[in-house]
Amino acid sequence: MKHPSEEPRLPAPRGPLSAAVEDHLRGTGPLPPDEEIAAAPVYGDDLQLALYLCYELHYRGFAGVAPELEWDPELLRVRGALERRFLAALRADARRHDRLDDALAGILVEPVDGTGVSHFLRDKGELWHLREYAAQRSLYHLKEADPHAWVLPRLWGRAKAGMAAVEFDEYGGGRAERVHARLFADLMTDLGLDTAYGRYLDAAHAELLVTVNLMSLFGLHRSLRGALVGHFATVEITSSPGSRRLAEAMRRTGAGPAAVHFYDEHVEADAVHEQVVRQDVIGGLLEVEPHLEADIAFGVDATVFVEDRLGDRLLSDWTAGRSSLRTPLTQEFTHTS
Amino acid sequence: MPNSPSDTPRRVTVRRKGPLLVEGPVEVELEDGTIVSSDRFRVALCTCRRSRRYPWCDTSHRDRA
Ligand code: FES
Ligand SMILES: [Fe+2]
Ligand SMILES: [Fe+2]
Repeated sequence: MKHPSEEPRLPAPRGPLSAAVEDHLRGTGPLPPDEEIAAAPVYGDDLQLALYLCYELHYRGFAGVAPELEWDPELLRVRGALERRFLAALRADARRHDRLDDALAGILVEPVDGTGVSHFLRDKGELWHLREYAAQRSLYHLKEADPHAWVLPRLWGRAKAGMAAVEFDEYGGGRAERVHARLFADLMTDLGLDTAYGRYLDAAHAELLVTVNLMSLFGLHRSLRGALVGHFATVEITSSPGSRRLAEAMRRTGAGPAAVHFYDEHVEADAVHEQVVRQDVIGGLLEVEPHLEADIAFGVDATVFVEDRLGDRLLSDWTAGRSSLRTPLTQEFTHTS
Repeated sequence: MPNSPSDTPRRVTVRRKGPLLVEGPVEVELEDGTIVSSDRFRVALCTCRRSRRYPWCDTSHRDRA
């Protein structure tokens, strides 16, 4: 029986690191040397794509790449070197709160005159902006909740039960047609986008890859379970008001019922998820492991940092009337098979 | 039968600020007699009356700055 969704093709490399990782994945060349990893810009396209390629083996892999390479020691060693640079940069660059309440206070207040991406899309967004936004975000939303599932075996008691309950809701409460990743695919269909997993990897800039790599980094390391929980809390806390603005943008532009529904659902669902994550997941984790408070706060701060960078990138492109993608959607739009 | 939902008391979580959390599924009868329902594992009922999706919480209870 054929797998209903094929593995995505390897993307175009963006420099020597990502090219070497791809060569290794195809079995045709050596991995990048340490000096090259040390020299590459840490938030740049090449390093972030190289890391993305390593992580993707833990999700859906790539066509023509042996699935066993997920646990290839040489590749894991390179992944580790890339991760150490990424993590060190995040720790140095993200705003630092040692007390969790201080980190959360900043995202629990709704700005009266917000200027973020969702405000732009609500007020000025045209269909082409929404299509670009959805194409990029599909790198996460088509695997929505997957990076966070990895934390479950690392939690206990109230934290585990709360996390599992929220993940169950993200996965549609047991109904395939309600899985949030599926709701997002339906949104993409409304917007005339290709719903194939990994389809828009080439189109996404480094700022977007950083946001997805952050989740994979936190999700795959037990040592970063506190940061993963802080990251998840940030997503849930900021999602509800942002989703309301995006639902308004989808309504105003006539994007279609599934496009509106994805964000309407997230207004309501994430108002609940926020409460459960704060009370049960964070509360429960701190009961058992109070020493993780600074790590949870780091997860919040790092998420705010990478999302702000992405927002700045999108808004600087859009306010200048430019596309925010590396490869134009107009060509891809013709492909609807 | 401890696993039968009907024998298990339904838990409601109350906080000074924010929504009332109720274990779902939930039916809510509004003032005009309309009945709305949600089958989510937990449901957040708005207590601040500011929600635009009343009776469900939409985080409008948050402070604004
Ligand atoms: S309690 Fe949350 S919107 Fe009213
Ligand atoms: Fe979701
Ligand atoms: Fe959620």
